[in-house]
Amino acid sequence: MGKKWRIRLSGTGGQGVIKGAMILAEAALLDGRNATQSQVYGPESRGGSTRAEVNISDARILYPKVENPNLLLCLSPEAYQKYIGDISEDAIIVLDGDLDKGALDRSGVYRLPITEIARDQLGKEVVANVVALGAINGIAGILSDEAVYESLARSFPEKILDVNRQAYQLGFQAGKAAIE
Amino acid sequence: MSKVRLVQGNEACALGAIAAGATFYAGYPITPSTEVAEQIAVLFPKIGGKFIQMEDEIASIGAIIGASAAGHKSFTATSGPGFSLMQELIGYAAITEIPTVVIDVMRPGPSTGLPTLSSQGDIQQARWGTHGDHSIIALSPSSVMEAYYETIQAFNLAEKYRTPVVLLMDEEIGHLKERFEVNDEEKPEIINRKAPEPGKEYIPYENTEDMIPPFAVFGSGYRYHITGLTHGEKGFYSSALPVVDAMIRRLWHKIEDRVDDICRFEQVDTADAEILLIAYGSTARSAEEAAEVLRAEGIKAGVLRPITIWPFHDQYIAEICQGRKAIIVPEMNMGQYVREVQRVVQDVPVHSLTRVDGEMITPTEITAMVKEVL
Amino acid sequence: MNALYENYFRKNLPHIWCSGCGNGIVMSAFARAMEQLGYDKNKTTAVSGIGCSSRITGYLDLNTLHTAHGRALPFATGVKMSEPEMNVFIFMGDGDCAAIGGNHFIHACRRNMDMTAIVINNHIYGMTGGQFSPLTPFGKKATTAPYGSVDPAFDLCELAKGAGANFVARGNVYHAKQLTDLIVAGARHKGFSLIEVMATCPVSYGRHNKMPKPIELMNHIKENTVSLARAAKMTPEELEGKVVNGILHQVDGKEYCQEYQNLLDRIQGGGK
Repeated sequence: MGKKWRIRLSGTGGQGVIKGAMILAEAALLDGRNATQSQVYGPESRGGSTRAEVNISDARILYPKVENPNLLLCLSPEAYQKYIGDISEDAIIVLDGDLDKGALDRSGVYRLPITEIARDQLGKEVVANVVALGAINGIAGILSDEAVYESLARSFPEKILDVNRQAYQLGFQAGKAAIE
Repeated sequence: MSKVRLVQGNEACALGAIAAGATFYAGYPITPSTEVAEQIAVLFPKIGGKFIQMEDEIASIGAIIGASAAGHKSFTATSGPGFSLMQELIGYAAITEIPTVVIDVMRPGPSTGLPTLSSQGDIQQARWGTHGDHSIIALSPSSVMEAYYETIQAFNLAEKYRTPVVLLMDEEIGHLKERFEVNDEEKPEIINRKAPEPGKEYIPYENTEDMIPPFAVFGSGYRYHITGLTHGEKGFYSSALPVVDAMIRRLWHKIEDRVDDICRFEQVDTADAEILLIAYGSTARSAEEAAEVLRAEGIKAGVLRPITIWPFHDQYIAEICQGRKAIIVPEMNMGQYVREVQRVVQDVPVHSLTRVDGEMITPTEITAMVKEVL
Repeated sequence: MNALYENYFRKNLPHIWCSGCGNGIVMSAFARAMEQLGYDKNKTTAVSGIGCSSRITGYLDLNTLHTAHGRALPFATGVKMSEPEMNVFIFMGDGDCAAIGGNHFIHACRRNMDMTAIVINNHIYGMTGGQFSPLTPFGKKATTAPYGSVDPAFDLCELAKGAGANFVARGNVYHAKQLTDLIVAGARHKGFSLIEVMATCPVSYGRHNKMPKPIELMNHIKENTVSLARAAKMTPEELEGKVVNGILHQVDGKEYCQEYQNLLDRIQGGGK
């Protein structure tokens, strides 16, 4: 049995965290696992912080929400403040650069220049969500590359698929490097 | 590559409707049901279906009843406020016996309430929302796959029983995305309304043996009258006491006498369960998880999940509750389904677990209550 | 007349209407129009709301749908949209159409679906016993306006025109032959057609407004109606209080079902 993942992706509205969560969940399904994806709709997704959640498990997923995530991604300081509270003790935490200003002092924290990679290496800040997806997978090894590529292909039209593949690869390398 | 994909509950309803043979949709945008309309707006033109956005929910249900009279499997999707507006014409569909499917993605009310969160607060509205005596069928899915299959069932039951059918789906399932995979070889059964027998005189509201008269669609050559007034077998207004009485009683009995055919339940670990959790929709998932946790702790818990909310199967519920230590009915409302359980279960304590803040009931809340009542 | 009766009416008359009521005149004008149009009865649907006039559908030998108060147009929209080959007529009263059904009315005008709506305007809610409607003239009396109505009235034809109806006509129950012609013209026009019919209700309207006898209401219509041609030659002062009859507005706009069919053809042909 693979590990049961309770993943929360968070950031600011417009950073594509919901899309990222959908790509992640669909890839998990393609790997033959079960997944549920949900998000909170409503005032908090307007302008402010937004979060999307994914459960991944080999067993049937009953309660579909994420409680005490064991993987948290934060793409903005506000999201970090808001969603760090209820994570589990052994959680992996992936932050976009030094957005906590080094405050979080525990193991399993990875500060990666996610938006910077998207902006400087790919010239497209909008692919930060896919860079993050790559980083998460590089660190946690949740999904097969094959499933991720298929999921990306289902999620993006041809003309922006390539840049998203690159985004995933760069994120994955950054994640891999971080744990080595 | 695998055909499995990530699909949202609302989208699954749209796909289910198409699989059931629906070709007409009229609706008005409302959170959290709008994705049903958006999907249909994309998909119907590809298969020659008709999508129309109406000026309000009253117009939406009026249009689908009209299209159904013309022979098209028709549906609409809405949420609480829109469902309230539709009630008068749900009654019209009931008294004229025109098959219609209404998907109600439930959000907290009353009034505008909490548009983006979840609720199961329309259980009793679905049953009694329109005025007068009538029966109704309502189904509640607990997963995305079930949203697909129960939408098909909703059409089947609407066609078979010539009645409006409500798919009561909480927002949690409507917006949940999870595994969706349809096996093309295993086509679900599709039921179409009974047509008049050729060569035989057509009596539009004939009290047939099964209490469900055949349906002649407009344009098929049987010119007859459909009215929301009480009517005799020929369809024309009547206020004659025996005629009115027979009509209302037939509307009632054609459904209430068929609970064995209509009502479906899922049982999980009920055989030796001392604690029986009765839950539907997304809440049933929490109940099932709670039962697993309790079993691991040595507490014999089981789950009864009604898929059919209405009609209520008195006998089935009474029998399955017999001999238990306690019944707990968790639901995202102030106790709408539990009233029915309490009505038919006398000798076992029936407890209500309610939540009305827009969030799902968690497995932990259920296990805590079980321990409290034991 | 017998052939007309045999062809277009169900044999469940007598009707429910009071003597002097205009509804029967509209119904027979409609049957004559059907005769001229030559429509297949199996492919013709008549839809009505609730009220005295809406009972017309029960007497016609067509596919007939007697719906809910104010809602005839949405039902008709569903029939027509799903079966564009169906000829669809809608019968409504003034309260039915312009009050409770007002929102549906303006949107039906806007969509311009090829249907013909006949609104029988007797200026009153007849079936409920004489309450004022949005088409009751200012100052007239009703059971809910016992001292005279302070509500301004809609000009239904102007409303329809403003909302986008492509064919707008006004007739009345005195000029019955012209009424048939207007219905025929409206039906032949591709798009949403409104025919407002000035009608009589001696019991619930005339009685409260010093015209209790049917003949008085008929004379009132006769004396206050001017044709479009005559109106063109009259000054605004002369037109004060007069009702203009005829085809008031006619344009060829995009018809909804045709536009939807074009969309289907485009998408099914692989377009976007």
